[in-house]
Amino acid sequence: MEFRSPEFKTRAVHALHDANLQKALSNTKAGFVVKRAQAAEAMPEFEALRDTAAEIKNHVLNNLDHYLEKYEAAVTAAGGHVHYATDAEDARRIILGICKKAGARRITKGKSMVSEEMGLNEALIADGYEVVETDLGEYIIQLADEPPSHIIAPAIHKTKDQVADLFAAAHHKPRKTDRAELVAEAREVLREKYFTAEVGITGGNFLVAETGSSVIVTNEGNGDLTQTLAKVHIVTSGIERVIPTLDDLSVFLRILARSATGQETESYTTFSTGPRREGDVDGPEEYHVVLLDNGRSKMLGSRFQDMLRCIRCGACMNHCPVYGSIGGHAYGWVYPGPMGSVLTPLIKGMDGTYDLPNACTLNGRCKSVCPVRIPLPDLLREIRHNQFRKDMTPKRQKQALKLWRYVAERPKLYHFAERIGVRILASMAGGKGKLRSLPFDPGWTGARDLPAPTGRTFLELWQAKRGDQ
Amino acid sequence: MTDTPVKPRPRVGLFATCLMNAMRPSIGFASAKLLEDAGCHVSVPAAQTCCGQPGLNSGDEDGARALAKQLIEAFEDFDYVVGPSGSCMATIRHDYPGLFADMADWRKRAEALAAKSYELLSFLTDVMGVTEVDAEYHGTITYHDSCSGLRSLGVKGQPRQLLGSVKGLTIKEMEDTDVCCGFGGTFCVKYPEISEKMADDKLRNAAETGADTLLGGDLGCLLHLAGRLRRKGSPVRVYHTAEVLAGLADGPSLGEENR
Repeated sequence: MEFRSPEFKTRAVHALHDANLQKALSNTKAGFVVKRAQAAEAMPEFEALRDTAAEIKNHVLNNLDHYLEKYEAAVTAAGGHVHYATDAEDARRIILGICKKAGARRITKGKSMVSEEMGLNEALIADGYEVVETDLGEYIIQLADEPPSHIIAPAIHKTKDQVADLFAAAHHKPRKTDRAELVAEAREVLREKYFTAEVGITGGNFLVAETGSSVIVTNEGNGDLTQTLAKVHIVTSGIERVIPTLDDLSVFLRILARSATGQETESYTTFSTGPRREGDVDGPEEYHVVLLDNGRSKMLGSRFQDMLRCIRCGACMNHCPVYGSIGGHAYGWVYPGPMGSVLTPLIKGMDGTYDLPNACTLNGRCKSVCPVRIPLPDLLREIRHNQFRKDMTPKRQKQALKLWRYVAERPKLYHFAERIGVRILASMAGGKGKLRSLPFDPGWTGARDLPAPTGRTFLELWQAKRGDQ
Repeated sequence: MTDTPVKPRPRVGLFATCLMNAMRPSIGFASAKLLEDAGCHVSVPAAQTCCGQPGLNSGDEDGARALAKQLIEAFEDFDYVVGPSGSCMATIRHDYPGLFADMADWRKRAEALAAKSYELLSFLTDVMGVTEVDAEYHGTITYHDSCSGLRSLGVKGQPRQLLGSVKGLTIKEMEDTDVCCGFGGTFCVKYPEISEKMADDKLRNAAETGADTLLGGDLGCLLHLAGRLRRKGSPVRVYHTAEVLAGLADGPSLGEENR
């Protein structure tokens, strides 16, 4: 997947002026925010479950080697294969190898953000495979040749009219505008693909160590068809997605859908444990799990370990007013919004990702809804500290911070400077109460006036009135 | 309410936030009046400057630490530290101890200060037990929940309760009152276009209530929103909640011409 995070600022401004995108984004509030609040409200133990989920994840992360070994042993015992990929390139090599061995030509895919992280589609297509995304949202953006803009609703930036245009062009059928008709048309086109694909690739929301099962959670059932009808099933997931037991899974299943879409549960929760067994009526002949590290093991034991608790529900971006203003593409890589602004610099590196942790008001709404209580604003601020230490903070800003510190460490100088400053601003405003422009404007007056000060500081007025008390 | 009983006349150090000190002294006087009416002895230490939040949020941890030390020294002898800003007081309450993770002595002092530091309105209601004020304001207000106060300090019911006792004042709640207004400290100048969009979303929700006045508890957000309103030529007035509660909202509102 193309890495366009360095263009964040220009792409964000572009997004603000994209009328279709703004229309699509304005629809998301009722779809996600209101429903999540209702779901959380309706479940008295929801807050306690969030604590439990965070504890389970912390326990796993502190013993990740143990649970990965246990998981691998269980997968192997069930007749499957576990592959560890250190990075995206390694993962592509492993998966291309499996597809080649399977003699595949057509590959169906369920939704997998990890496969986006691997850059898998591009590699498969370059090797001559036909790749068909089967999640409706993923299918839409595949037709549009665009990356996902949301981790659970990849085509959220598209309006219904845009989808109608895409379908009419790709399916060579009369243009439809009814939602149900559009879905039916996609279903009809995809049906044939499921039956003829040799390899089916899905993600894995959870990997259960005690049984060796991969678990996917979907609303369309496309993942089930992808993984049961193809001859070879490949699961792509991150090494941090393992959990100990089925009991633990029940905790996550109760908070995932509620946090993501506000549903009590998704339509389909599907377990895959190894390939088809004797007597099974369906299922793949081969079952592979490709576990991606790609920087995750470096987060273990670091100040960013909490980020590995993430279960990819999307609640943080649904509640982020910055994401809500610019959508997911501006962030420029696989993961947008708050979680992406932490993950992208950690996975892709600090170069080219400067804006992501900075384009955040630290308003904390993401943290307040995260089902596994990741302190996202704290982590974003931590990355800013790293940027500052690595001298990546823009020079002008760094100088301003240095000057601020120098003056603020000297109360007499500080108060003198404030007294001068407010007198200048007040005289410039000349009784109008506001300033339309400023000398050395750092970016304030482009869209707003500056309410003018009255000309005296509080401290000088207080001291004149009340002395030094 | 806090567990420890409140002294009859607690000594309160009033923290004059950078923005308030420079841009809106009346909020400081309003704060002092409300605290004194509640029975506090109020002092304004001259050695105070900035809490260090700009550095802390922009990566300059060392700078933030230096300013935190200075603030701790200026205020640690008071019974309480109170400021008319959720974001500055959240920095003191939540971030100061973490700045001194490796310095046991300073960490103790930071924790002690954090424990007695409060945002103004939550201090008045939760600590001093104030339930009403003696003030008048003739208008319909809508209240913006600034993020740090709301989510880090739990300031939500307190301002509404006190505003409910102001004679002549009607409260109309806006949609998404808990969503960020787009100020975000340096965010508003680093990403001005996104900030503008967020301000417009907020102001559209405020306008839909029909309120003639917008109130809030953080001057940064208020300067940003008032600045945007003035630019758009809107007549909506913007005050800090404390100004209304202290009966000091009789002068020009933020960005308004001298009347």
